[in-house]
Amino acid sequence: MVFLSYLITGLGLGSVYAIIALGYSMVYGIAKMLNFAHGDIIMVGSYVAFFVLYRFGLSVPVGIILSVLVCTVLGVLVERLAYKPLRQASSLSVLITAIGVSYFLQNGAQLLWSSSQKMFKSVVGDGGISLFGGKLTLSYITLVTILTCILIMIALTLFINHTSTGRAMRACSEDKGAAQLMGINVNTTISITFAIGSALAAIAAVLLCSTYPSITPTLGSMPGIKAFTAAVFGGIGSIPGAFIGGLLLGVIESLAKAYISTQLSDAVVFAVLIVVLLIKPTGLLGKKVSVKV
Amino acid sequence: MFKKIFDKKHRGRTFSYLMVLVAYVVIEIMLSTKSMSSLMKNLLVPCCCYIVTALALNLCVGLSGELSLGHAGFMSIGAYTGICFSGFFESSITNPIVRLILAMMIAAAVTALFGFLIGIPVLKLSGDYLAIVTLAFCQIIASLINNCYLGFDSNGIQFSFITNNVNIEATGKMLLSGPIGASGTTRISTFTVGVVLIVITLIVIYNLMYSKNGRAIMACRDNSIAALSVGVSVTKTKMLAFVISAAIAGAAGALYGLNFSTLAPAKFNFNQSILILVYVVLGGLGNINGTIIAASLLYILPEKLRGLQDYRMIIYSLVLIAIMLISNNQKFKVFVEKNTKLFKNKFTKKEAK
Repeated sequence: MVFLSYLITGLGLGSVYAIIALGYSMVYGIAKMLNFAHGDIIMVGSYVAFFVLYRFGLSVPVGIILSVLVCTVLGVLVERLAYKPLRQASSLSVLITAIGVSYFLQNGAQLLWSSSQKMFKSVVGDGGISLFGGKLTLSYITLVTILTCILIMIALTLFINHTSTGRAMRACSEDKGAAQLMGINVNTTISITFAIGSALAAIAAVLLCSTYPSITPTLGSMPGIKAFTAAVFGGIGSIPGAFIGGLLLGVIESLAKAYISTQLSDAVVFAVLIVVLLIKPTGLLGKKVSVKV
Repeated sequence: MFKKIFDKKHRGRTFSYLMVLVAYVVIEIMLSTKSMSSLMKNLLVPCCCYIVTALALNLCVGLSGELSLGHAGFMSIGAYTGICFSGFFESSITNPIVRLILAMMIAAAVTALFGFLIGIPVLKLSGDYLAIVTLAFCQIIASLINNCYLGFDSNGIQFSFITNNVNIEATGKMLLSGPIGASGTTRISTFTVGVVLIVITLIVIYNLMYSKNGRAIMACRDNSIAALSVGVSVTKTKMLAFVISAAIAGAAGALYGLNFSTLAPAKFNFNQSILILVYVVLGGLGNINGTIIAASLLYILPEKLRGLQDYRMIIYSLVLIAIMLISNNQKFKVFVEKNTKLFKNKFTKKEAK
């Protein structure tokens, strides 16, 4: 029973990682870049949600929608201003630019909202459902997180596989040049990808802060790295991979915290990642790319 | 003889040594005439450490073509090895310079060993996967050191992991104390040793670059299959570059660790690796002089901007983005090429006269 409760906590945490990892993975799949600023979009999302909900006292749906909107606009803006001019540049230049954007967002947030931490209250309230005569308690937020993650996953899979925009995205990730010849606007498609990724980041932000309530300007960096790890774990560029990678990472982290050591949980997570990559170098569901000589 | 120093192949190398020498002399003069603020004085040794680590990373990313995000981890292994060595032998080796040099050598050796062990799995991967695995190792190292407790007294060395079971007598010394890291370290790093370390690093890297192994390293970077077909062992060559790079970073870490009386393991996190990578990329991949200049300028820049307080990191990040956007702008590239050609033409004409 104790094991089950750790497992469910892990699934809740993993769902948040999975939602963030989806953003990472989609952007990597299409723009072939590691968007290190993704974690900081989460941070901006949580600040926006915090101010809308607890400073201006608006209702929860308004808070979430506003947070999603701000993050989407921010994501597209960053893509247009910082990443678009570097489409032809080396991947390292893009990486450094993403790091620059990440520093900019972190320090901008520090300047605007100070570095002191703010306390977020769970959007679905505290408490939970008791099962098995109180032996197992499922908090509402964990349930909501897991459900949201599954819904997002289904919606995203349908979107990618059954709409023309989704088809355009798949085409761009296969071959940008050929996609362009087929009349797909590559720049718009990349912008849409960033928009979706950032919107997901905002949702993840609200869920994350409902579970871990303190908000600081550097809040996004650790979940960002973990989600990045999750994306690589599942095979970067693959959407089901990001989902499975995120969930597994959350479960491993939660079980490691419970049964090995709280302080070493991060080390265990990264060690598992290394082992997985050694056995399967492109991640769990990654495509095998054969190199032509 | 002069021809060999100033010819096209060796011009860059000569320039590196001259640059370091001139910088050293100027700074020493400034130090002796006391025209340097104490803030800047404190930056000298860390700046040397970052230059050396950036050079080491340049060997790994620029020459060998492996994007490593784990050099902060190597720096931290070096730093804590150095601190432990120096703390342990404080009474037996009384000369601080000798102790510092020995500490740096031991740190380099230990880090090289770790570099080799980490390199075995890491170098099987490539590209972004290699980057994430080095990042993972960096995080693992940080979280392991975060849980180490090490001390010694008349009863011998005591070590414990995760929970602090180390009880040290009043005469003994605590070397590592978990998340606090090392405290009460005797500061023995000096600027001169830092400059000597830079020079040694330059000698090592330049000699490697112009050697058979160096050419093999660059061949593996440019086309590993072609290199393999002419009989270069790709794994061995990449490992060589990785281990040397790790060892240099370890020595720099020891110098860094022995420059502060307290040093927390959290200092060497993933952001630190990124910071060093920024120096290397802005300096130009594979460009030694560029790396030295970029590392020293970018290390000093945020400190110089301290007067602007909260705005300084924003300005720093904007500078970073701006440099990347401008240096990759097609029009700017054409503009620079035109002007350098013009300059070169003038230069060669003068020589012809």
